[in-house]
Amino acid sequence: MILIDADVVTLSRLQFALTALYHFLFVPLTLGLVWILAIMESVYVMTGREVWKRMVQFWGVLFGINFAMGVATGVTMEFQFGMNWAYYSHYVGDIFGAPLAIEGLMAFFLEATLVGVFFMGWERISRIKHLLVTWFLALGTSLSALWILVANAWMQNPVGAAFNPETMRMEVTSFSAVLFNPVAQDKFVHTVSAGYVLGAMFVLSISAWYLLRGRNVDFAKRSMTVAASFGLAAALSVVVLGDESGYSVSLNQKMKMASIEAMWETEPAPAPFTLFGLPDVQQRSTHYALKIPWVMGLIGTRSLDQTMPGINELVDAAKGRIGNGIQAYDAMLALRKDKDDAQAKATLAAHDRDLGYALLLKKYVDDPRRATPADIQKAADSTIPNVPVLFWSFRIMVACGFYFIALFAFSFWKASKRTLDSRRWYLRLALWSLPLPWIAAELGWIVAEYGRQPWAIEGVLPTELGVSSVSAGQVWTSLGGFVLFYTALAVVDAVLMLKFARRGPDGLGIWPPAIAAIPSGRP
Amino acid sequence: MLDYATLRVIWWALLGTLLIGFAIMDGFDFGVAGLLKVLGRDNEERQVLLEGIEPTWEGNQVWFILAGGATFAAWPMLYAVSFSGMYFAIALVLLALILRPVGFNFRGKVHDPRWASLWDWVLTGSGLAVMLLAGVAFGNLFLGLPFRFDDDLRMGWHGGFLDLLHPFALLCGLVSLAMLLAHGACFAALKADHAIAARAVAIARWTTLAFAALYVLAGVWLAYGIPGYAIAGPAVTGGVSNPLYKQVAHGSSWFAGYMQYPWFWAAPLLALAAAIGVQALAGRRNAAGFIASSLMVGGTIASAGFALFPFLLPSSLDPRSSLTVWDASSSRGTLQLMLLVTLVLLPVVILYTGWVYRVMRGRVTLEQVRKAHGGY
Repeated sequence: MILIDADVVTLSRLQFALTALYHFLFVPLTLGLVWILAIMESVYVMTGREVWKRMVQFWGVLFGINFAMGVATGVTMEFQFGMNWAYYSHYVGDIFGAPLAIEGLMAFFLEATLVGVFFMGWERISRIKHLLVTWFLALGTSLSALWILVANAWMQNPVGAAFNPETMRMEVTSFSAVLFNPVAQDKFVHTVSAGYVLGAMFVLSISAWYLLRGRNVDFAKRSMTVAASFGLAAALSVVVLGDESGYSVSLNQKMKMASIEAMWETEPAPAPFTLFGLPDVQQRSTHYALKIPWVMGLIGTRSLDQTMPGINELVDAAKGRIGNGIQAYDAMLALRKDKDDAQAKATLAAHDRDLGYALLLKKYVDDPRRATPADIQKAADSTIPNVPVLFWSFRIMVACGFYFIALFAFSFWKASKRTLDSRRWYLRLALWSLPLPWIAAELGWIVAEYGRQPWAIEGVLPTELGVSSVSAGQVWTSLGGFVLFYTALAVVDAVLMLKFARRGPDGLGIWPPAIAAIPSGRP
Repeated sequence: MLDYATLRVIWWALLGTLLIGFAIMDGFDFGVAGLLKVLGRDNEERQVLLEGIEPTWEGNQVWFILAGGATFAAWPMLYAVSFSGMYFAIALVLLALILRPVGFNFRGKVHDPRWASLWDWVLTGSGLAVMLLAGVAFGNLFLGLPFRFDDDLRMGWHGGFLDLLHPFALLCGLVSLAMLLAHGACFAALKADHAIAARAVAIARWTTLAFAALYVLAGVWLAYGIPGYAIAGPAVTGGVSNPLYKQVAHGSSWFAGYMQYPWFWAAPLLALAAAIGVQALAGRRNAAGFIASSLMVGGTIASAGFALFPFLLPSSLDPRSSLTVWDASSSRGTLQLMLLVTLVLLPVVILYTGWVYRVMRGRVTLEQVRKAHGGY
């Protein structure tokens, strides 16, 4: 048997978290900004007014810098499953690999192939064709998010698959179940909407800065108008669909839901929502809790009479599942000796859904069948994720969401009254709100993925079993390399973004055209 | 519906197709990048070369991403073992691939010759590294890799990065390097300003010659110096994907497949004929020359794949753990679905890729580059 090094687990997790969070700094901006470009270019084609084309070109420069970073850091994600998570790749590749491959074929190919024409094809193809390129580019980015989230949703809610003891892995039983996973639908709309909010904020904030400086006034106001309308629709959708996402979490990841709420005991229905409190992991209670009656029950169960289980109840349930899992594990080993053992087959079929719970014991004992009651208690306790982190990440994210609705609604109102530049405090507010969507998006990622712990695949494969048989030294080296290299890239990216945003359409000679010597790209 | 064994062979062929697609499409980008300092004598000339590949390199790189994704989906064990086993080699390739998007995008964003020169070196280095490492990795497949599975099918690896640098593997790295430099030079001959193109033609000739010599040398070495692996007893082609169910003998010949299926010889013959084609066509008919270099790349990779068949990744440590076409695939359902998806989507990809190349066709001239960048 090959032993698992605890340091490799910690380092691999750290590396995955850092590289994924880093990748997700760029992805949402690509997702959102590309649709803003598509809207602006549509206006250009419909009205024929040059300023709209120049808007696409200016925001396109910033889009291009960000797109390159998104592509570059995305390559890491695909490599990393194989490099650091080899057993995970083996164990679920039959299901998990398919959406990733389809993402490449259907979406990434589309966006990566068209992005060159988007930048360099202005003089080579007709307006309509260029507009179509931009729309397909936008479609490609959103489709890319769809397939990645189908894969991710399967980690949260592993439907349409069953364990095969002969191949020692999960194998697909229903692709339509994987594809139409309700979690995937909710996650997709919630995530792309978050990207749209972020893209809108990006345009809104930088435009506000130009107005504060009295530069590019006409250009900035038009940009802000687009951002305000697109941002308002996106902010409404991100909150509403985030709530839908909450509902689907409550159906299949009850522990994640209870942890987000720091709900230690099962509350009588309808459960209250804890607006504020200090979760205490040691005592399993939440101090100074400020509760709003009924709200959680409504979000989580869409009803007034269904209860939501608390953390302690779920830990007890996990103990039961560990017991069943041990039986499944025993049957699996019996089948390895004799693959026609009918009784073992029947036992495994009855309990294979709980096999993953037996695997939780591997952290404490080599053979789960020899686990003591104390081991089982430890394994059951380990199903509780980090409650305070989830509790606070979720609350800050939701607060940001409501703030976005307010800010974009106000911006929309000002844009429709054509008074965007009448109040400097508003412009400052818009400018200084720039980091918030990034914070919200990263926290959302933390709630979803850190909240999935201790599982790599919810209920199926504990995270720590998923690692590769590599040495801690190897992962240290690659982790150190990533930190240095990504920091350098971040500096270059930030410098370039600031440089081009500061120079603005006027400084770059993009608008107004009177002072522009626009390179045509064609002799 | 197709049976499991047929689906596996199809997916083996598709994996080969994706690798060849990657080597042809992304290969010339790597080749041009590797030759950047040789072909482009000043910043403007290098700008011409880069603008030749700039509109399309990003789509080309997706061939690699797709080959990785398809391996994950159709051959999960191959993906898991190769990526985690050849850890540092893969990490270096990854580093090179991350540097390319930012290199292409960032190089022109600051108008300072030192900045441009820095990114020129980054692109050259990353191009050379990927071309070399890809060949070294392929060469190691023939030598076998030091891994074994336990009963849970968890893989253990007993070797380090330096163990990959066996002389035969290094020779394969040079084959790959010469092949893709030639391919990149053929592309530059087609795409770059005439002054640069003339230089590219000369380089294409030399590198093709080097490729042919190294390729034949590697073939001879493989035939006489590298023992092959073979499945012991009749192969179970439609069974479950568990490598430990079979026995493997080490010590046969990697050319056994070529003896059994003589049509396999078409691949190496194509590679060498295409190399002659490049010699004849470069500088005269550059489009045909580029097609010849593409065939050379395709023939070479196919010839290596044929020799390995049915092995994907032989194990030198525990031959029984070797991954083969018959026992390392995804389930039948996954192979079937992914085949369907690929048959529908890949032609669409090829169609719009073709359209993009048509839109962006034509030589990039020095005059164009001067005009476009004179404003700053």
